[in-house]
Amino acid sequence: MTAMAMTELHTADPRKRRLHGGVHPPECKHLAADCPIEPMPAPTELLVPLGQHIGAPAKAIVKPRADVRMGEKIAEAAGMVSASVHAPLPGKVGSPTVATLATGRRSDALPITVAADAAAGIRVFDVVFGGPWDLAAVDALDGKQILAAVQEAGIVGGGGAAFPTHVKLMPIEKRPVDILIINGCECEPYLTADYRLMLEAPQAIVAGLLLAKKASGAQRAIIAIEDNKPQAIRVMSKAIANLPNVELAVCQTRYPMGGERQLIPAVTKRKVPVGALPLDVGVVVLNVGTAAAVAGACLRGQPVTHRIVTVTGQGIARPANLLAPIGARFCDLIRHCGGLRPDARRILAGGPMMGYAVSDLNTPVTKGTSGITVLAQSELDYTRQTNCLKCGRCVDVCPLNLVPTKIALAVKAGNLDLAKKSHLAACCECGCCAYACPARIPLVQYMRAGKVALARFEAPARSK
Amino acid sequence: MSRSAALTAHDPAGQAVLPPLELATSPHFADRKQTSRRMMVDVLLALGPAIAVSAFVFRWAAAWQIGTALAFSLATEALFCVVRKKPLSLWDGSAVVTAVILAMSLPPSLPLYATAIGSVVAIGLGKMVFGGLGCNLFNPAMVGRAFLMACFSQAMVTWQVPAVPGVSHIHAVTQATPLGIAKLGVRDRAKAEAAGQLDQYALRQAFLAAKKQVFLDLLLGIRGGSLGETSALALLLGGLYLLARRTAAWQIPVGMLGAMAVISVIARLFRPDLVMYPHMQIVAGGAMLGAFFIATDPVSSPVTIRGRWVFGMGVGTFTMVIRLLGNYPEGVMYSVLLMNALTPGINRLTMPRPLGGIRNE
Repeated sequence: MTAMAMTELHTADPRKRRLHGGVHPPECKHLAADCPIEPMPAPTELLVPLGQHIGAPAKAIVKPRADVRMGEKIAEAAGMVSASVHAPLPGKVGSPTVATLATGRRSDALPITVAADAAAGIRVFDVVFGGPWDLAAVDALDGKQILAAVQEAGIVGGGGAAFPTHVKLMPIEKRPVDILIINGCECEPYLTADYRLMLEAPQAIVAGLLLAKKASGAQRAIIAIEDNKPQAIRVMSKAIANLPNVELAVCQTRYPMGGERQLIPAVTKRKVPVGALPLDVGVVVLNVGTAAAVAGACLRGQPVTHRIVTVTGQGIARPANLLAPIGARFCDLIRHCGGLRPDARRILAGGPMMGYAVSDLNTPVTKGTSGITVLAQSELDYTRQTNCLKCGRCVDVCPLNLVPTKIALAVKAGNLDLAKKSHLAACCECGCCAYACPARIPLVQYMRAGKVALARFEAPARSK
Repeated sequence: MSRSAALTAHDPAGQAVLPPLELATSPHFADRKQTSRRMMVDVLLALGPAIAVSAFVFRWAAAWQIGTALAFSLATEALFCVVRKKPLSLWDGSAVVTAVILAMSLPPSLPLYATAIGSVVAIGLGKMVFGGLGCNLFNPAMVGRAFLMACFSQAMVTWQVPAVPGVSHIHAVTQATPLGIAKLGVRDRAKAEAAGQLDQYALRQAFLAAKKQVFLDLLLGIRGGSLGETSALALLLGGLYLLARRTAAWQIPVGMLGAMAVISVIARLFRPDLVMYPHMQIVAGGAMLGAFFIATDPVSSPVTIRGRWVFGMGVGTFTMVIRLLGNYPEGVMYSVLLMNALTPGINRLTMPRPLGGIRNE
């Protein structure tokens, strides 16, 4: 059976799973790719934001000065599209405060003073990802139980968007899901968190895959991995060797292959229309980290307390893949990795293509923080901006088939109508256009500014 | 102090040094292989082989033409920048590219003062009055050339004998270009004799007799014509480099040369007496220079992929229409200018649909 899966792998031509448009920036994964997942020593203090996800922020249910256990719920989901928050480590809750997230959004937050001696005894990796996973236990659970466990555990998408996972998995009668994609592409340069997870905890991912498949009602599950990770492909194909209706798809290494709207057509040939969801074409996509979290929630009753954060870049002394508690501050992680080098210039939450530059090292790690990339001066480009040459490189590389230069010029000229007609709203801000632009026009910035202006412009019109 | 001290590197004196951090929006990466100036440098590099052949064939005339065009183009750009109190934009390289392409499209024997006027018009009226780099509607070099065509129409179609020692092919003797000969309308000896055009008839016959040699000469560049219309091979070499670098969109030259080949094949079906064969059409005159270096000017060509096909095929079609039916022997310049004018409309009509279409549409 294993041999069969291997032949399938070798005959699977990655050129067939191609991306429409896209770019191939320097991968720079070598910095952290060979660093095993390393549980980070418990910091003395955590700042746990209550609005880490898309949707309504969770409501605090613990009083200040309350003692909490690791994994105890400290905030309850406010409605369906929301996610509960749990104490990542044992300790004492402080008085509610406000945290500035990496995205610049401000959120209510609970500080927790960590009980050092209690935290020291916890073998975090074994609790969260390690050890044996009993795949047979999946059969004992039904879809509703799985969904309830996922919701209870406060799981949100770990790829970055942080959308509550139980909402994604919930079957809808009118729009049945038949394909589940487990996304191990990790197309963002530098980041290796998903890669390390695939190497070190493939069983957790597979258990999560089976659970998610059952909950969503999908008949097929496909694990998608870019062809620049042969080791992960080998490990994962071995892990799924005896499972029916579970496949592995080797994809071309091209950014943004890991984006939902890019991965779905590459793997299934289905295209998601603008304004529709993957659900509308019968597909659900989960990140490999999310799948592992689903397994932890259902089979071990383990809520989201930690996540893997790749700390990398030429500006960091010792790149690493840290298993960090939610709410740890960026400075704690950076300090654990030997600190900044003198030529460090930008500290990003995420990777260089879609990451947010942070101005405050007290920014807490959230459920969606996949990495901290510290770029050194030598990695950045300081070419001066020129006028648009209308060369159309942005059109060539746009994975969504937009005309970025036209939208950007419309936003610049204040012509929101034209920007809207040119499908500004469809832009996923992947950054391919700005990456490829020889004139160094900050196209993504114009897209974001345009979306904000459009929302402001349309809000009063809707309320009338 | 304690927090930042542990965070940062230490200088030899043992003091914490916090590196100056920046904020910016994503993406934080840019493709370093491609910048606006690099695109201009690419065009100049790609023109290298053609310039070399030109210098070999036309000797000092080539240097004088290019030098004059460069001097007056840069001076005009500088003047506009100073008058409009804008930063000096000479270093972006676009004026150099315009100057060289203009010079390459001129006959080597053109008086230098005409070249100077053409350069001033190309940069001034072609580019700077629109607002500079990236803002012009028309290809600046072709605007300059069109102006010269109107003012110095005789000098613009007088072709110098290539100064290649030991070569005396038919066009070298007669100074007529292949496309010029193709325009001669005398096919019948008796009629030619009656009209007193026996010399033209003889020229045509000589051309037909030596057609293989003519094609070879067109490829290698031993022919009369503009500076840059010499060797089709040299132009092709540079053109392929531009396509490989993605500085020029490949759809435009493929569309243009493809349309020209198809139309000349069809034309020969209806008029078998045409002396220009399809493979000659695409290497003769300004077709190669136009397809790879002029029509591909990013600023004045469409940004959409379908638009580039339409644009390229449009230039090729109009070029063939002018060659076959018009009064001029060559039509690349007017075709490019015509399609430049249509570019905003082409962009509008060829807007791609977003991937997957729009929901409920």
